[in-house]
Amino acid sequence: MALTEIDSKAREIILTIQEYSISTWRAVSNLFRPPIYWNDMLIQADVIGVGSTTIVILVGFFTGGVLAIQSMATLSAFGATAITGRFVSLSMVRELGPVLTGVMVSGRNASSIASELGSMVVTEQIDAMRALGVDPLRKLVLPRIVACVVMLFFLTIVADSFGTAGGAAVSIFMNGQNSTQYFSSAYESLVFSDILQGLVKPLFFGFIIASIGCFYGLRTTGGTQGVGRSTIQAVVTSSVLIIVADFLISQIMVALFIK
Amino acid sequence: MKQSNSILDDRTTPVAKSASDSAPVVFHNVSIRFYGPPVLKDVSFTLGAHETKIVLGPAGVGKSVLLKLTNGLLKPRRGHVDLFGQNLSELTEDQLFPLRKRTGMVFQEGALFDSLSIRDNVAYQLHVENIPDEEIERRVREALRFVELEHTIDFFPGSLSGGMRRRVAIARAIITQPDLLLYDSPTGGLDPVTSNTIIELVVKERDVYHTPALLVTHRLQDAFTLTSHRYDQELGHMVPLPKGETDPNTSFLMLNEGRVLFDGALDDLLRSEDPFVREFLS
Repeated sequence: MALTEIDSKAREIILTIQEYSISTWRAVSNLFRPPIYWNDMLIQADVIGVGSTTIVILVGFFTGGVLAIQSMATLSAFGATAITGRFVSLSMVRELGPVLTGVMVSGRNASSIASELGSMVVTEQIDAMRALGVDPLRKLVLPRIVACVVMLFFLTIVADSFGTAGGAAVSIFMNGQNSTQYFSSAYESLVFSDILQGLVKPLFFGFIIASIGCFYGLRTTGGTQGVGRSTIQAVVTSSVLIIVADFLISQIMVALFIK
Repeated sequence: MKQSNSILDDRTTPVAKSASDSAPVVFHNVSIRFYGPPVLKDVSFTLGAHETKIVLGPAGVGKSVLLKLTNGLLKPRRGHVDLFGQNLSELTEDQLFPLRKRTGMVFQEGALFDSLSIRDNVAYQLHVENIPDEEIERRVREALRFVELEHTIDFFPGSLSGGMRRRVAIARAIITQPDLLLYDSPTGGLDPVTSNTIIELVVKERDVYHTPALLVTHRLQDAFTLTSHRYDQELGHMVPLPKGETDPNTSFLMLNEGRVLFDGALDDLLRSEDPFVREFLS
């Protein structure tokens, strides 16, 4: 009995991965064949990118501040408070900037994408779109993926900047560190591989957020309750995948650049 | 889809359609199932070039599924559907889109895009085809005038009643002058007066523009109104046919338990000895 359950669950997971791969490939392959809905991409860039700026700024700033508070306590034991800036900027640029931005944008946008598309499915709007001769993968999915990938890249830069600024605020105004020392340490410690690592990750995270949100939204069944279920699945799956992808990309980057 | 610039300019007289006179829809032993027992079993029928076929049957018998099979929104498990002479089962999703553009569909609840205004809903297909704005505006107004809702052009679907939403859905379906119309319970859940308005629009589309159509309903009254009335262009409204006459281009398809129980004219339907048909009609 238990084996049968495991078997059917495994089949379900494989089928889901297969469906996701096919639908996402079909959506992305439309990027190279007209018509391409540029207006929809701009609208989504505004919704996903501009709309998420405030939370990304707040999360980045306070995370940087917390990093400075926590690191200061440890570093002072070794008389190394001078490298607080280095600690904060490296942590933000390599890991926390991309990951926190990804998770925050996932919570905000994977959910909204899944619920919007899910509502369209249960009210037959997706069928109506197909009946009107318009491909929902081209019209709805591709613009969201492109917008999310592009905007997450810039949002990560915003988070990194405000994280470093948050660390500076704590170090300078609360702990009395010299500002030149903080910013010099923060700036000089960053090398090409850190920046590359920090800016490659959001490209993958953006793809995960939008494609997972669209996938769960478009396979919604079961009315309004189903929309809620799809929203939860989209947020949980995209958040977990972001962490898993972060681990894999970090491994690859470390292997490539840190010998 | 006809290539006219206007929805109405070449349709104001009952002229022959530019589409081929061959049957636009043919079902060949179509069966489909989802998770449980088959929804449709070996369904075969043909929709003639200028025919309106009313699909009757109890709720849950697969009438809406039949419509979605017609334009390839669903694919059959067995058998195949020919739409405008092409076997839909052999086409990919991308290849189906041009065929669907030749087909107008009115969904059960209208299925209007709730984040778009009525103007943008009706013009949806025209926007996608990058037609100039002035042309779109003119055609949208004409389509809305056809359903007598021109004044709602700037409204959003949420501010319209159920009946008005169905009428907007009809305007959206006819704006590209489709070669086939699919109506999925256009009067379901509406009051008798509003239902009559919708049926009058269907009769108008049938008699003025001769667009072949499949109309799903479980309301016998609507079905009988369709067969016993014609649209009078001079009077500008629907009038009853002389007593004993029925529209020759309107026929019936009755489904029960996933199978075709009856396919024919009203007179034959009324004379049917099938116990289910008799019970349904009583």
